[in-house]
Formats: sequence, structure tokens, C-alpha cells
Amino acid sequence: MFIINCPYCGDRDQSEFKAGGEAHIERPKQPTELSDDEWAEYLFMRKNIKGDQFERWNHTHGCRKWFNMVRDTSNDEIKLIYKMGEKPPTK
Amino acid sequence: MPLNLRVKSSNFIDETTKVSFKFNGKTYHGFKGDTLASALLANNVHLVGRSFKYHRPRGIMTSGSEEPNAIVQVGNDKTITEPNVRATEIEIYEGLEATSQNCWPSVNFDIGGINNFLSPLLPAGFYYKTFMWPASFWEKYEYVIRHSAGLGKSPTKPDTDIYDHKYVHCDVLVIGAGISGIIAAKTAAQNGFKTLLLDEKNELGGTTIYQNSDNFKIDNKISSGWLSDQINELKKLDNLEIKTRTSVASFHGYNYLLARENLTDHLSKDEKKNKIRQRLLKIRAKKVIVATGSLERPLVFDNNDRPGIMLSSAIKKYADYYGVICGKKNIFFTNNDSAYESAISLFKKGINVQAIIDIREKSNSSIVKEAENLGIKIYWSHSVVDTHGYKKLKQISIMQLSKDGQSFGGLNKTILECDCLGMAGGWTPAVHLFTQSGGKLKFREEDQVFIPNKYPSKQISIGSCNGDFELDNIIKNSSNDVKKFLNIDKTDFDNLSVITSKEASKKNIWLLPSDKAIGKTKPFVDYQNDATAKDIKLALREGFRSIEHVKRYTTTGMGTDQGKLGNMHALGIIADTTGVKMGEVGTTTFRPPYTPLTFGTIVGRNVGEYFDAFRRTPMNDWHINNKAEFENVGQWKRAWYYPQNNETMHEAVQRESLATRESAGILDASTLGKIDIQGSDASEFLNRIYTNAWSKLGIGKCRYGLMLNEDGMVYDDGVTTRLSENHYIMTTTTGGAANVMAKLEDYLQTEWPELDVYLTSVTDHFATATIGGPNSKKILNKLIPDLDLSNENFPHMSFKEAQIGKIKCRIMRISFTGELSYEINIQANFGKSLWEKCIEAGKEFNITPYGTETMHLLRAEKGFIIVGQDTDGTMTPIDLQMDWIVSKKKYDFIGKRSLYRSDTMKEDRKQLVGLITDNPKEVLEEGAQIVSELNQSPVQMLGHVTSSYYSPNLNKSIALAVVRGGKNMIGKKLFVPMKNKSINITVVDPVFLDKENKRLNA
Ligand SMILES: [Zn+2]
Repeated sequence: MFIINCPYCGDRDQSEFKAGGEAHIERPKQPTELSDDEWAEYLFMRKNIKGDQFERWNHTHGCRKWFNMVRDTSNDEIKLIYKMGEKPPTK
Repeated sequence: MPLNLRVKSSNFIDETTKVSFKFNGKTYHGFKGDTLASALLANNVHLVGRSFKYHRPRGIMTSGSEEPNAIVQVGNDKTITEPNVRATEIEIYEGLEATSQNCWPSVNFDIGGINNFLSPLLPAGFYYKTFMWPASFWEKYEYVIRHSAGLGKSPTKPDTDIYDHKYVHCDVLVIGAGISGIIAAKTAAQNGFKTLLLDEKNELGGTTIYQNSDNFKIDNKISSGWLSDQINELKKLDNLEIKTRTSVASFHGYNYLLARENLTDHLSKDEKKNKIRQRLLKIRAKKVIVATGSLERPLVFDNNDRPGIMLSSAIKKYADYYGVICGKKNIFFTNNDSAYESAISLFKKGINVQAIIDIREKSNSSIVKEAENLGIKIYWSHSVVDTHGYKKLKQISIMQLSKDGQSFGGLNKTILECDCLGMAGGWTPAVHLFTQSGGKLKFREEDQVFIPNKYPSKQISIGSCNGDFELDNIIKNSSNDVKKFLNIDKTDFDNLSVITSKEASKKNIWLLPSDKAIGKTKPFVDYQNDATAKDIKLALREGFRSIEHVKRYTTTGMGTDQGKLGNMHALGIIADTTGVKMGEVGTTTFRPPYTPLTFGTIVGRNVGEYFDAFRRTPMNDWHINNKAEFENVGQWKRAWYYPQNNETMHEAVQRESLATRESAGILDASTLGKIDIQGSDASEFLNRIYTNAWSKLGIGKCRYGLMLNEDGMVYDDGVTTRLSENHYIMTTTTGGAANVMAKLEDYLQTEWPELDVYLTSVTDHFATATIGGPNSKKILNKLIPDLDLSNENFPHMSFKEAQIGKIKCRIMRISFTGELSYEINIQANFGKSLWEKCIEAGKEFNITPYGTETMHLLRAEKGFIIVGQDTDGTMTPIDLQMDWIVSKKKYDFIGKRSLYRSDTMKEDRKQLVGLITDNPKEVLEEGAQIVSELNQSPVQMLGHVTSSYYSPNLNKSIALAVVRGGKNMIGKKLFVPMKNKSINITVVDPVFLDKENKRLNA
């Protein structure tokens, strides 16, 4: 069970949080302009990589804020946590 | 009963306190401090159980938690009996009752023992092969197997014991209180670290604490004496908490560990009373030091499982620690020096040692020389090839090994008399917890062990679980590693003088040769699951290569002991047979828990009403007083129906439904989710999350909304009311409230942070009474005479603020039943009083309280959906024939784009329809399948019934259903095939009652 450093509350047990899938998938501004394939890409396609994954997490049993996390899925090491709206680190 | 199998030299047994206990119905005596195993051995009871598959007689093999054979059922009470407990871990107490498992009718005469003679018919993969074909035999096999397999009996009544959970935080957690654990714990605590030391045994000190040989000296003291001094000093330290009888079950990422603390299992029945039996510790440690020691390996040879065949180290412990003599004629069988420690220790106590059989050619270590000097007969280059005696070992046969150890140096077979054989096959580091935590192992070729390689968190392994087996190395390396790990300069253990015997030669043969063909032998690898070397070889011949596959096919390592003793041998035999290097075969995954946990410990206090929290409405007491039956909706307890005079549910619901449509009914709707929405962008926000338009909704007006997922599927629904320009109150379904709130917060925080919107969950703040029916207006008028209830002032789908007495309330004229209906919301603590006032005012109109079942029936008559009952996450609003609520004008809303995907636009999607039965009395089963042809093969399912009732207002059976292409099937005849009949149905419009909405606009 991870210890997650909520950017608003500090270190908390994983049981207080909920994972919210891949991060930085922005809702298209003009969905009606998109083809079925483009819309499906946004709607359904998610990465599932071994290694550093960008994820959304929510402090559901705490401040209820969403934030971003970079987690190595091979060993669950949390590499980085940053707030919603902040740019992902480039690497 | 004589206690004649003891030597008088144990410091750990209180021979002045006799303890009597029962085993298989017979009374025995042991002493305080005995385990069930040591006490039975002292009474010359070796045969304690039958093996799983062949039902072979089995005895006690070990002295610890790795025991594969001596697993017993404790207690015979229906509430507090526990199966699969290791006799080697049970501390005896007055009144203990234990029985053998897996044998019927008794351990001495076991019918299943016939499997032993049928064993050629029970090869590896027997279960898989048997059940492949023919399928119809499965039921018969299952019956037989369920009756003969299985270990122990589970209790049949609720557990009356108390269990507990506790969170524990520490700087340094030390697992295992053997010599390295003591070194680590003392060093950590002395240096200011808040330290927790755990050990599964009831005493600290591991195996060193009873090591009385002067071959092992620390600081010029015999090692046990030195360690005992250290423990005394340790116990005085402030920073240290010690928990014995505490077994670490699992080691997870981020140094999170679960451990079971056993508090009362060693106490007598009276002493146990009202005490917590076991406690699950949930430990967060900044640093973890694993000092779990190592497990002695058995040796794999023909018939290596008879009662009396034990681990060499266990025989030593029984003698040194418990003062118990395991055999009158003891022989040790070894590939290393540790058997010599055991033999010498026994010999010096005056216990007979017949011989040592050593597969090595020679060893010059000091301890071997000592054994030779004592005159113990040693058979070098010899191996045991067979054992004899059915319920107890009587003899062994030995032969001289060839140079390479794969065959024999001659045909001569020597038979030796022996009732106890100690196997010493080397040592396996207990790396289970390390690997559970994600650690990777490396293979050390010279002594064939897997040891920790890469640590996944702030942890180290020290002592023999890290591959250090000799006393000087253990002390030096443990001390150095702890220093480095905790960043400290020196410890009490630097530069200690240590005397130890150094091992001079090693030889390892995973499967010892036999003079018989392998098919005729039973060299057990996994004792508990009865997997032999023969089975492993068969699996390899049949093409299995991966260790994980071989393991499952042969069931090696899949017992409750997870193959703690035999897994290495299985790997070794695979490596030898396939010619792959042992390090490359890999290991199987060790899974938590290390030793089995009771369900009680896992559940802790979360039993009965504490299993899941209940939510109750403010009117709950009234419902109880009026004999309501309740149903669970999410965590809510909702009134389901109110039976009168022994009414059945059906009768009550029919009465409630009729009364509501004839005059008036009242429903407790407090559980509906309520979200307060404020902010200058509130209307825009609702526009985006609902399918219909909200900007033009007048203040004081209500509107029904459908909420979709981004995939276009209906997610939730409810009525939202505009209280003022920038203030709305949204209602959600009872079960969906929390998820809707979370979803709205998600969009606000992540997609549209620019919107000025504030959300507050106010579900618990309001209590809601819904009064409906033709007389509801009159009742409300009695309650609030000064409120103008005319259709002009207070039309359907509008809202008024009012006061009942001095208490403010919000009233929505909305309807889920199709009747004229008012929803009165009041501050929650006035909920019960509001309800009672409504009942009082409604008396003259026969106001009838109704529950969720009647609510469901009434809304079905009207064709209103229930999200989650008539929808299942695959229904769009178009599928529900609710096109009217989907705005064509709005540029975007959540889910809009998905409604135009080629798949969601298909004509033959399942669509909501109404169904009536040809026989109006026949009520369909919810979930029943719908077909158009009865004689098709395979039958094509068109859809299924989602809601079904007998309508007392229409005097016929009605149902809602989802049917492929149902929209265009109105009038069509279909069928609902049931087990013994088929029901004829007709597809109809889903609105059964008052299509013109005359009632709700009345
Ligand atoms: Zn937080």
C-alpha cells in the first residue's frame, strides 16, 4: 500500500485515495468536429505501460482534490506528484 | 501416563506444572512450555495425520511454522474450532483438545489409505486428466473428492472470539528475534530509533538460545548464555517494543506489513475469556530489517515420509529446548555438518545415536572430528535408499554411493534399526517476506541457495535469511550491515571474539539415487500435497517447463505450508532433469500470508452491524414502529413496504399502490442524493453535464435531467430546481449520489477549472416526505393553509419556499408516480416531526405510507425508468426512447458526441419497451430472456425483462424490458421461455397509465 504525498494534505495512506486513470487526456474542445475514430481515440484508448506512467489520483477521503502522479508501474515507485493544470515533466 | 521420553536439562519447560490435553480423544500430559508436538513426542506419539492424496501415515517433521504434516483441528466446539493448525506452533494449555485431520474413521485406520495402493492411478495432473472427459462424470467425481479431500472442518457457527486491528508506526521494524534480530534490535534501539521487534515464537533467541555446545562461543561464553545476557539488556531499552507470538503475514510495498499477534491461544479456556484472541497489526516502518532465519531442508529419497522421519534440527530442538527424546534409536542422514551438531547434542544428553549417514566422502571440520572422537558411527559416501515401518519408522536401508553420487558403489545394502531419522539437507534462507515485498533474488552456486539481491524499499536482510550460516559471519555481517543501514558508527558487536566450527565440505544431491526404477518409488518433495519427484519428472516428460506450470500441475508447493520445505528440491529436480542451471529455472512466487491467518483476524471488529455502515433517515424510528420491512439501497436502510395484519409483500404493495392512486400515499424520499450548486456559471455547468438545456429554466422551476457518461450511456437522473439566479439544488438517485458528486467535482477541477461553480453535498441535511395522490393537495393545504396551491401559482414542475409552523421548508411539485405529488424538504432534524404531521393531516384521506416497492410499481405503470434497473450502463437516452430530453440545439454536453457514433446509432440496439402478457395474471420474472422463435437452435436472445409487476390499478401484469430493435416492434408477439413453459407476450408502449398526464396536472 503506497504512501501518497497529496499536494494539499501531505503524506497519506493509499486507502484515502482513488486512482483516476491516465493523466493529460484533455477533453476535445469541439467534439462534434471529430471523426468517429478521433473521438474513439479520446474516449477509449489508454496507455498501459511498464515503467513511468502519468496518472490522475483523487484524495477522495481527504481534500477531494485531483492531482497528477508519475508512477513506475514496474515497482510502484512514485516519482513525482504535481497539481492539476501543471504541465507534465518532459523527459 | 508415563512421561518417560524426557531428559532433565531443559530451561524452557516448567516441569513442575503439568498440563493435560486431549489428542484424538485420548488424554495426555505435557508440561507448561510444551507445544502440542513436543508433548506428543514426549508421549511417544509420532503418527498424527494422514497425507492429502495417498492418506499415508504421517508424523511430526519439524519444530516450527514450516511443518507440513502435523496439522490438526483444534477444539471441537462448533463456534471455536480451528482447522489446519500446526501442532508445532500450538502451545499446550489445560483442556486443549486437538484431532487429526484428513483421516476417516481414525488416524490409525484410514479408509483413504487405500489410495496409497492405488497410487499408480493418481499421477501428477490426476485431477486435470480426470475431469477433462467425459464432462458428465464431473458431478460424481466432485462428490467423492469433496468428501475425501480437504483439510479439516470449518466451524459451522459464528466465531465468538474477539479480534482486533491496530495501526503501528516505527522507525525500525526487526522481523525475527534470533541472534541477528537481537543484534539489530539492540543496535537500533540504543541509537534512538523507535524499534519494534517481532517473533513468531513465544521466546526470543531463535536457535542460538538453546545452543549449549562449547563449539560455539561468543566473547568466551557459550553462545546461548551470551545471547541470553544480550536479551536481558535488550528488554531494558526504552525505544524498543517486543512482540512475541507475532507472525508477519505479509510484506507489501512502501514498507507496509501485516502481522498477526496471538494473544490468548496459549491460555486455558478460563484465562481466554473476554480477551482479544488475535490482533492484526498494520505496520508502517520507515526501515525494515528482515532476520527471519532459514529453514532446514529435508532429503529426497524413497519413502522419506514415514512417522519418525524428521528434520535433524527439529530433533535437536526437541532435545535441547523441550527435553524431549524423539527416538530410542536415532540416526542422522546428512549432506552437511549441521547433523553433527544435533548428533553430538543428543549424545551428550545420553540419548542413543546409532549412526550418521553422510553422502559426502569426508569432512575435516572440528565438529565432525568431535563426533568421531565420541565414537559415533559415521557412514561416509552413503545414502538412505529406503525406509521401513508403516505407522512408525522401524528400519532404514543404506547403500554406498558412486563417486558422482548418481548411482551406487556396489549392490550391498545394509539395514539399520532406527525409529527416528534426522534429515539434514542444508539450509534454505527464509526469503519469503523479502520476495513478497518485491525483492529480487540471486542464486549462490556454491551452496545452492537463493539470497536477497535487490531491495525494493528501505530494508535489509541479515543473518541466515541473507545466506550467512556460520556464527562468526552472522555476527560480523549483521552488525556491519545494520551499522550501514542505520548510518551509525559502532555497535556493541564490533570485534567480538567468536568461536565456531567451520564447514569444510558440501555436497548437494536434490534427488538421491534409488536402486529401484523411479516409477516404483515415492520420494516426497511436497509432503503436504503428496507430490513426489516422480510426479515432477512426469510433468517434465509431458512437456511442462515453467516452474509455475510444473508447480500447478503437480500441486508442489500449493498446500497451506506453500512448500516451505520442498520448493528448492522441486527446482533442483527440474534443473537436473532438463539440464538448465538452477539459477535460471527461477523460483515460484511466495504469496502472503507466510503462515495462514484466521478469518477472524482479517476481519477484526468489522463483523455483524460493523461490517458495513448503515445510513438511516430521520424518519427511521417511525418506519420501525409501523412495522416496515426494510431494504438496503447502497448503505441506506429504506422502508420497503409496510405489511398490515400478516400481509404478504405482494398484498401490502397492492394495497399501498391502490390507496395512493385512489386517495393519498406518503414516501420517505430522504435518501435521494442532493447536491447544492452555486456560482455565476451554475447554469452553464448544468448545460454541460445534462443532456437538456438549463439556461432558460425560470427561477422557482424544476426540470428533470439525464446525465450521461462520455460514452453516451445513461449514468444518473433526477430533478434539479433553480432556487435563484445562481443557485440550484440537484437531486440524484439514492445509490448514485456519491458517484455523481465525484464526477461533477472531477469535471470542475480538471476540465473546466475556469467555471465559477461550487458543489456541496447536502443529502444528509434534508429530510424529504413525498405526498402523492388525488388528495395530496388537500393534505398539503391542511399543513400549510397560507400557501396558494392553485395550478396557476404552484403548477407541476415548480418550487415554493414555505413554513410549517416556524420551520422553513422547500416544496417541489414533482412526480415520480404520475400522481399529483409534492416533495417536502425540511432540515433533517425536523424530518420525523414533518412526517408525523403529514400522517396526521392525511388521516381523513386514508394517507398510506408506502415503501420503495410500491414506488417502483407506481413509476412502472407510468413508464418511468429507474437508472440501474432498467438501464445497465449500455443504454443511451435514444435506446430508452427519451429522445425528447436530448437537446439538438446545444453545441456540446457530456456524452453528446458518442450519441452519433456508428455503434450507438444502430437501429437494432436494445431499446426500452413495455410488455404485457397474454394471460393478464401471469407476472414475468425480472431478468427473464425474450425470444421471437421458440424452436430456434441456438435460440437468439432479443433482450430481457428489467421491471415487472402486477398492477392493481390496471388489473393486469405489466413489465418493462429492453429488446433488440424494440422501438419498431410495438404490437409484436414474442415469448419468454421459462424452465417448464413459455409465456406469450406482446410488445407495447412503456407508458401504461395516464399518457395524457391528467393526474399529475390535476
Ligand atoms: Zn489531500
